[in-house]
Amino acid sequence: MEGWDPNTKSTLTQIPLLTTKAGPRDGAAWTLRLKEEYKALIAYTQMNKSNDNDWFRISAANPEGTRWTGKCWYVYNLLKYEFDLQFDIPITYPSTAPELELPQLDGKTQKMYRGGKICLTVHFKPLWAKNCPRFGIAHALCLGLAPWLAAEVPILVDSGMIKHKDDATTSTES
Amino acid sequence: MEVELKEMLSDLQSLKQSLPDPSLHDSLDKIQSRVEHLADLAKAAPVRRSKVKDMSAEVVDSNPYSRLMALQRMGIVENYERIREFSVAIVGIGGVGSVAAEMLTRCGIGRLLLYDYDKVELANMNRLFFRPDQASMTKTDAAVQTLSDINPDVVLESYTLNITTVEGFDTFMSSLKDKSFCPVKQGSGVDLVLSCVDNYEARMAVNQACNELSQTWLESGVSEDAVSGHIQLLIPGETACFACAPPLVVASGVDERTLKREGVCAASLPTTMGVVAGLLVQNTLKFLLGFGQVSPYLGYNSLKDFFPTMQMKPNPQCSNGACLKRQEEYMLAKPARDAAAKAKMEAEAPSEEGPLHDDNEWNISVVDDCELGGPETKSSDALPEGLTRELPSADEFNNLSAPGAPVTDIDDLEDLRRQLEAINSA
Repeated sequence: MEGWDPNTKSTLTQIPLLTTKAGPRDGAAWTLRLKEEYKALIAYTQMNKSNDNDWFRISAANPEGTRWTGKCWYVYNLLKYEFDLQFDIPITYPSTAPELELPQLDGKTQKMYRGGKICLTVHFKPLWAKNCPRFGIAHALCLGLAPWLAAEVPILVDSGMIKHKDDATTSTES
Repeated sequence: MEVELKEMLSDLQSLKQSLPDPSLHDSLDKIQSRVEHLADLAKAAPVRRSKVKDMSAEVVDSNPYSRLMALQRMGIVENYERIREFSVAIVGIGGVGSVAAEMLTRCGIGRLLLYDYDKVELANMNRLFFRPDQASMTKTDAAVQTLSDINPDVVLESYTLNITTVEGFDTFMSSLKDKSFCPVKQGSGVDLVLSCVDNYEARMAVNQACNELSQTWLESGVSEDAVSGHIQLLIPGETACFACAPPLVVASGVDERTLKREGVCAASLPTTMGVVAGLLVQNTLKFLLGFGQVSPYLGYNSLKDFFPTMQMKPNPQCSNGACLKRQEEYMLAKPARDAAAKAKMEAEAPSEEGPLHDDNEWNISVVDDCELGGPETKSSDALPEGLTRELPSADEFNNLSAPGAPVTDIDDLEDLRRQLEAINSA
C-alpha cells in the first residue's frame, strides 16, 4: 500500500473488514455476506459525509443483492461531474472483484473496457486478491473507483471529452 | 444482374450487325467476351453444400471428409467418424475461440456451443475469421453465419451472454448439462469445454462450472504483448484447477496520480492467436479421438520459439470448494484406477517367452525395485528424516473463522437496506 496517499489509507482502515467468504450462489452464507457488505457501505458513506467528502450513492437493484446501481461524482475546478454507476456481483465473488461500470463514459477513455467497465487491473486487482475475502463493495469503491475518477475526470474534462451539465445546456441553447 | 448482362450481349450483337465499318468489329468482340466473362461470374453465385449423412473415405473432389478419413488409413486415428458424436463448448469467440471453432467445424465436429457477449468490431480485423462486413453483429451470430456455410453438418448453438453474471452462469451451466444431443453418454452434455476468454473473471467462472460438473476443460491464453501464449488441460480433481495456483499478485503500490493512460489496449497478432488456436484444437482432437498424448500444459514463447511443458498437481488447500470435492473423489477412486492400469499393462506386456539371452555369463538379473523399497507410499510433501516443519503445513486461515461460526447476527437484512437508503437520501 506504499504509494497511496495518507487520506485514502486512513479512510480505508476505518471501513469495517468482511469475514464471510461467500458469493451469490452460496445461499444463506451469501445473506450473511450481504449484511457485512451493507454494514461496510453504511460505515463508509457515513464517514464520507462527516468528512465532507460524500462522493457516491449505491443501492442494490434486486432483492438478491447481485446487481447494484447508483451515482458517483467528482469535483474538478469547482464543478461537479456526476456519472451513473452500476455493477454485477460475479458468481466467483469474492475471489474476483466486481467490475465497476460507468456506462456514460463508454468509448470516451482508453482506461475502460467495453460496456463502460473501468480498468482496475493495475491499481486495484492485486490489492483485492491479497485481501480476499476481507474487502467488499465499499473497499472496491474506495480503492478502485475513487482513484480512477481522480485520475480520469480531469483528463476527460481538459480534453473536452466531457462537459459540465451547465456548459452543455448553455451551448445547446446558444 | 444476369438478365441485364444478357440484354447487353444482344444489344452488342445488333450493334455489330448494323455497323458498316468492319474495322470496329475487333474492339466490339473484345467487349463481348468481357461481358460473357462477367455473366459467368454472376452465374457462379455462392453454392451451399447439402448435409452429408455418413462420412465417406472415398477419394473424390466432392467429398469434404476424404482427407480427414485418410487419418484412419494412415493409422493415426482408429475411428474418425466418431467425431460426429462429440460436443465441444467454446467460451469466448475472439481471436482464439473463433479460429478454434472454424477448425473444429472443418473437422466435422458433431456439435459446437458458442458463448460470447461481445460484438464484432473493426478493431478485431487484425485477427482471423471475422470479416469487416460482420462488424456490429454479435460474435456468436457472426460465427454461426460463417460456420454453417463452411459445414452445415455441424450442430451450432449460440449463447449471447456473460457467464460471470448470475443469470448468465445459470444458462451456461444448464446448457452444459443438456444431454439431448447424445443421451447415451456419461457425464455432462459436452465432451470438452474450451476456454478462449481474455480475462481472469471469466476463467474463474469456467473453472467454477467445470469443477462443479466434473467436466474436463482446456484453457488457452495469449499474453497482453501478443508474443506468447499457453494451453492447459484441466481435469477436476486430477490436475490443478485454475484457482489452485492463483496468479502471483504483486501490489505495485501505484499512486493514483501516476496511473498511466496507455494501459488498457492490449496488443494482438493473428499469428500468435492462430498458433495458440492450432495447439488448442490439436489437443482437443487428440483428447476426443484418442490418439497421441494430450499436453497437460504447453507454453509458447514466440520470441525464442520455445515450447515449455509441465504438469501441475491440484492444490490440497485450493480455495475452490468444488475442486477439493473432486480431489477427494479422485483419491477415493485410486484403487480402481490402479487395478485398471495394471490390467492394461498386463494385457499389453508381451507374454514371457523364456530368457532373452541364451547365456548369462555375469549372472545379471533384473530386480523389481518396488520390492526393495518397502512401502513407498510417502506423499510428495513428506519430509526426509531429521527435518521438521517450523510453520504449520496447512493454511490456518480457514480454521480461524470457524470457532466464531455462530455469529449472532441480529441485524435483519431489510433493516440494513433501509439504513443505507436513509443515509443515501439524507
